[in-house]
Amino acid sequence: MPASTSAAAPSARRSGRYSVFAIAREAMRLHRGWGRAWASPEPRSRYKVVVIGAGGHGLATAFYLGRNFGITDVAVLEKGWLGGGNTGRNTTIIRSNYLQDPSAAIYDKSLQLYETLSQDLNFNVMFSPRGLIMLAQTEHEVRGYRRTANANHLQGVATRWIDPAEIKRLVPIINIDGPRYPVLGGLFQERGGTARHDAVAWGYARACSDMGMHIIENCAVTGVDTADGRVRAVDTSRGRIECDKLAIVVAGHSSVLAGMAGFRLPIESLTLQALVSEPIKPCMDVVVMANTVHGYLSQSDKGEMVIGGGTDGFNNYTQRGSWQHVEETVRSLIETFPMLSRLKMLRQWGGIVDMTGDRSPILSTTPVEGVFVNCGWGTGGFKAIPGSGWAMADLVANGRPGPLAAAFGLNRFAEGRFIDESVAAGVAH
Amino acid sequence: MLTLTCPYCHVAAEETELAPGGEAHLTRHGPGSTDEAFEAYLFGRRNPKGVHFERWRHLYGCGRWFLAARDTMTLQVFGTYPAQSKYPPRHIVDAIRAARPGWAPDWDETSGDSAPGVGNDPAPNPTPTRDSFV
Ligand SMILES: Cc1cc2nc3c(=O)[nH]c(=O)nc-3n(C[C@H](O)[C@H](O)[C@H](O)COP(=O)(O)OP(=O)(O)OC[C@H]3O[C@@H](n4cnc5c(N)ncnc54)[C@H](O)[C@@H]3O)c2cc1C
Ligand SMILES: [Zn+2]
Repeated sequence: MPASTSAAAPSARRSGRYSVFAIAREAMRLHRGWGRAWASPEPRSRYKVVVIGAGGHGLATAFYLGRNFGITDVAVLEKGWLGGGNTGRNTTIIRSNYLQDPSAAIYDKSLQLYETLSQDLNFNVMFSPRGLIMLAQTEHEVRGYRRTANANHLQGVATRWIDPAEIKRLVPIINIDGPRYPVLGGLFQERGGTARHDAVAWGYARACSDMGMHIIENCAVTGVDTADGRVRAVDTSRGRIECDKLAIVVAGHSSVLAGMAGFRLPIESLTLQALVSEPIKPCMDVVVMANTVHGYLSQSDKGEMVIGGGTDGFNNYTQRGSWQHVEETVRSLIETFPMLSRLKMLRQWGGIVDMTGDRSPILSTTPVEGVFVNCGWGTGGFKAIPGSGWAMADLVANGRPGPLAAAFGLNRFAEGRFIDESVAAGVAH
Repeated sequence: MLTLTCPYCHVAAEETELAPGGEAHLTRHGPGSTDEAFEAYLFGRRNPKGVHFERWRHLYGCGRWFLAARDTMTLQVFGTYPAQSKYPPRHIVDAIRAARPGWAPDWDETSGDSAPGVGNDPAPNPTPTRDSFV
């Protein structure tokens, strides 16, 4: 049995419960009483479950292992800093208007969990269901999104097709007349929106730490030790750590970790970039995705226009993408949002996204007993963090997938049973 | 910007002139192969963090497919060579070894069963589509 956890984590929240009273109390004592949100313990030599990767998905997996299954003998190992991967690099779009039923199930579960996440975690994740429009700018997209709207009706996910006039009313800064890509309509999900990415990671981390779990930063996994087809331990930059079960939740590095465990994944790692403008006054209070021109846009609470583009085309682990893609994204977006041409761009960055062929995630058992993978969320997994963690915890705790994860196993590639979300993307395929 | 020299027309082509085509030297399996081999051919990828052999097409140039050796962590290009090559040629291997002393080839030229002449075979998806779906 592992050593006691109580030395590091007293039973009460180490950071205290966040509330308006706490703010008042701390204001009176000059804010000297705020504790750290999560502990930084030394790793033990053994845990029941080791999760690799303290991004949103890894942390949510740990959280629901504790919350839903009472498993708290858990370590989350992170090679860098918590939330420093794609979770801290994304454009924070949240939606559940997917075409295929298994996708709708897991993404809508996720959206539902987001709706109460701040309360559940006692941490303000700034979930902002401001509404989300996916623009149709070609006939192909019109047909595609009308079909998705119908599929969403059958799935019980509320979305609707809206016409250009309504889009113009919702997004006054849009140019609906083209010339090259006129806005022909859009798929509108009123429950969609954004959340604060860092806060999602921090909120889960704090809750995990409060349950006595260990979140160990600056701890890179360098090897996976197996015997008789079963996982035994991981080698890390901070020593060897034994475990009964291992969850690999490392997004862009999934192939690297799978290689350590001795199997290959249907994943390729590409760079996806985003950029933000200088802050301006509020001008757009919905999220707009324009997939034909490979751009999507929202305005942050600070007033910056947050812009995401398409992936670069070649395998890349550098976390910085090609300059030409930034140019391309901005060039095409200003046709639809002419006012952007007047803005200065402040920052640009990239993340390594884990792409599968059908653009759907993998939540699966693996050829190694006791090893589970959660990856393949690619360009769109921020929205999925709570739902993915929920389904992954179930998979890890029970050793087999529950209803949310069942369709997303690795076996779907052998069986040709794809969950093809790329058809819905309106790009040329 | 990434620049690759086309081994046919010897133009130092910028990324915007090229179309990426994914991992090179895949063993092509089709009807009659085992399910595992077919699956591995279609979906299993090395996706290494480091030395990568990959297909490119000189799209806005001579239009032909060629292969390149490149580091996915540093974007260093070790060289390009014709698509008809069964294995990465000697000068490419030497260039990689000079830059990455710890690196060793993971193919066996003597066994003959690993990488058949895949250069002429179009991959199922020669040009990966871009994704902007978040
Ligand atoms: C520019 C950009 C924009 C995006 N926009 C959106 C969007 O608008 N909406 C949306 O839903 N999604 C979006 N995404 C996708 C989303 O960010 C990801 O799908 C999601 O954050 C993945 O979370 P994760 O926890 O799986 O991975 P990450 O947050 O990347 O976490 C994985 C962690 O594993 C760690 N790790 C890797 N190797 C090791 C090792 N050997 N040992 C220990 N730790 C290791 C990494 O350091 C990292 O912290 C975007 C992504 C990018 C890059
Ligand atoms: Zn050429």
